[in-house]
Amino acid sequence: MRIKPWQILIVILLLTLAAVWVDLPGQSLDPLGWKAGITVRQGLDLQGGIQIILEARPPAGVEVTQDVLQGTRDTIERRVNGLGVSEPVIQTRGSNQILVELPGYRDPEQAVRVLQRTALLEIIDTNGQYLAPGTIVNTTAGPASDVLGTEPTPTAELAATPTAGETSTPSATTPQAAGTPTSAESTPTPGATPGSESTPVTGGSAGTTASPTPEAAATPTPAPTPQAQGPVYETIITGADLQDAYPTTDQFGTLVVGFELKSEATRKFCDYTSSHVGFPMSIVVDKQVISSPRIESAICEGRGIITGLNAQEVNELVLQLKSGALAVPLEVVQSRTVGPTLGQDSIHKSIVAGLVGLGLVALFMILYYRLPGVISVIALLMYTSFVFALFKLIPVVLTLPGIAGFILSIGMAVDANVLIFARLREELRLGRTVARAIEEGFDHAWPSIRDSNISTMITCAILFWFGRYVGATIIQGFALTLFIGVAVSMFTAIVVSRNLLRVLLTSGLFHNLWWFGLERRPVEPVTAAGD
Amino acid sequence: MLDLVGKRYYWFLLSLLVIVPGLISLTLHGLNLSIDFTGGTLWELQMSRPVQPGEVRDVLAAHGYPDSIVQTSQDNIVLIRMKELKEGSPQKAELATALRERFGDFTELRIESVGPTLGTAIRNRAVLAVALASLGILGYIAWAFRNTNNPFLYGIAAIIAMLHDVAVVVGTFSILGWLRGIEVDALFVTALLTIIGFSVHDTIVVFDRIRENLGRRAAPTFEEVVNYSVVQTLVRSLNTSLTVVFTLLALFLFGGETIRYFVLALLIGIVSGTYSSIFNASQILVVWENRELHRFLARLRGQRQHVPA
Repeated sequence: MRIKPWQILIVILLLTLAAVWVDLPGQSLDPLGWKAGITVRQGLDLQGGIQIILEARPPAGVEVTQDVLQGTRDTIERRVNGLGVSEPVIQTRGSNQILVELPGYRDPEQAVRVLQRTALLEIIDTNGQYLAPGTIVNTTAGPASDVLGTEPTPTAELAATPTAGETSTPSATTPQAAGTPTSAESTPTPGATPGSESTPVTGGSAGTTASPTPEAAATPTPAPTPQAQGPVYETIITGADLQDAYPTTDQFGTLVVGFELKSEATRKFCDYTSSHVGFPMSIVVDKQVISSPRIESAICEGRGIITGLNAQEVNELVLQLKSGALAVPLEVVQSRTVGPTLGQDSIHKSIVAGLVGLGLVALFMILYYRLPGVISVIALLMYTSFVFALFKLIPVVLTLPGIAGFILSIGMAVDANVLIFARLREELRLGRTVARAIEEGFDHAWPSIRDSNISTMITCAILFWFGRYVGATIIQGFALTLFIGVAVSMFTAIVVSRNLLRVLLTSGLFHNLWWFGLERRPVEPVTAAGD
Repeated sequence: MLDLVGKRYYWFLLSLLVIVPGLISLTLHGLNLSIDFTGGTLWELQMSRPVQPGEVRDVLAAHGYPDSIVQTSQDNIVLIRMKELKEGSPQKAELATALRERFGDFTELRIESVGPTLGTAIRNRAVLAVALASLGILGYIAWAFRNTNNPFLYGIAAIIAMLHDVAVVVGTFSILGWLRGIEVDALFVTALLTIIGFSVHDTIVVFDRIRENLGRRAAPTFEEVVNYSVVQTLVRSLNTSLTVVFTLLALFLFGGETIRYFVLALLIGIVSGTYSSIFNASQILVVWENRELHRFLARLRGQRQHVPA
């Protein structure tokens, strides 16, 4: 048995109801909680946020393989998760880039600081020498050593620049941090340098195994462009040896970074500290000395603390240590930050524009095509509900150009109807019955609709690829929304409009040709087009 | 019946009148490329009090950023275009502090920063994207019209019409960039690619009609078949582009500032695309079928042979 038009129409109606139900904001009409988690995902340009493209800047002679890039991406992802951003995007791009999007994140400076820093922690053997915080050193481990250790190549200088910027931060805070612990509890050992001020730095779990070491009073003044000088120090422990890192307080109540070593590293650290009692060692992050405590006794519990940092630095370093060091130094090559107000303003404007556009199109269609026009407007409303429901279900990240693509696709959706109705009129003019004219109109219009829409879809696919390369989810959003729009418009024109026309016409109400924008009597065929 | 094909050289002339000034501007001034292509930083701030562009420029210059372009608009908004200022860099912190000291507190609406090498890569990729889109469409049309005498003719005519539209839009933006300082960014490339799709979309509808009318021998000559088909699809072409123009106009007038020129590019492209599909693409078919170009060249050659004699 042939499926009757009204049966199809019922299916369409049910689909529309389902779509409208999905479209409704929030959890309205949702007793079973099926809609939980289905929301409109707004792009960076709408809700504000940060997009950063990081590029690997490997030391001379080191190649960035896909594995390294992937590993770096994973590290970045762990750090992003630590920042507490919902729905972030972290993708590798090409051979050496990582794209990070943090929707809704408000502090671009912190984001860059946390993500970009290599955060290679090292505890080094200073050969008995005291190294002031802020000193840049050469060590035996890690990628950064290649950068700073060898003669400065152009790449090395680039990679060194961000470190230069950070230098000022820890060193500037050192005097404060150093000031706090000069309390009664600390027992400063008379040190090598007279007139020194104590800076407690590492200690055992209770801060007893290593006591504050007296050190140079002079506040370390880092050179504008710090360069590693002197010997290459041996690395005993690196960040990779850490079991865990956490913010904690030292015996003076100051916020410090606490860490716990893996069992193997614990033994190694125990061996080292027991044979170097009385000597200083240095804790180094990205080749810059953070603190240089004196080893009071062997540290065999596998725990320690890092002092000399302010609260924000402590939290950031903990996050970085937990997520691990970057496998390769990164440089920010592109960043986009959009404040939230700009986006909200854009949403309001786009909604107004969409409604005005829809209204104009509806008015035009009804005035020009009359009954078919009304039908196309109904089809258009259904189209809008379908597309929006798909946006929510897939989900498509809505961006400003994406909304533009959606509004544009409304105009293009009408095109299919225009094509069909123009054909319908022609067939009616040729003197065909209404029912026959509808079928002929659709059949003849179909190849045009198909071919023209496929060419648009080809463009969308290329746009999507282009957008991925440029790192513009903005452009991808446009391509995706336009693609969905065009695809759904083919469905609504062919299935919805057609069956609506069929059903309405069998009712016999609309046999007068006026309803189709024609005079009562069939007009003479335009030419002697024969068939 | 309306004779559109008979006046084809007038339509070509009109196209040239629109395109040539744009192309002249393009060769003389090029396009005003945004930071997406050149690298650099776009910084949009909302100040707490009205400021003069000159004052902001002075502060920037004093901190090592001369040649920055500063624009102010309503609500104390300042738009700065400058060489690359990295997010989270000490230079940025220094500048922000200097601006705060001078003008009071401000809100950072957006900052976009693109490295110079990335910009060039994007530019190359944009050209490649346009080229790929053309090839894809050419291939599809040749396939869709495989049953006609000369499938590639349709593809080539559609591509010429498409290049026409690209030339109109790019030329217009070159003039706008020269006169009004309007920039061409990655979104502009998006607009261009959409226009390409749209232009071909429009052309195919007309071609489709020609194919159909050829099949049933609707008119005695090829020229008449084309004219008949163009007239038949005229209303549809106009109505379709009208509905799209309506929606775009709504976006242009009420949509946000950030996509205004994107929408303008689309608007120009859609109008041009409708024109080229009616007045250029199909006429090119006729020019080709009548071998008018051959005859024209032959006449030229004939004249040249006469001259030395």
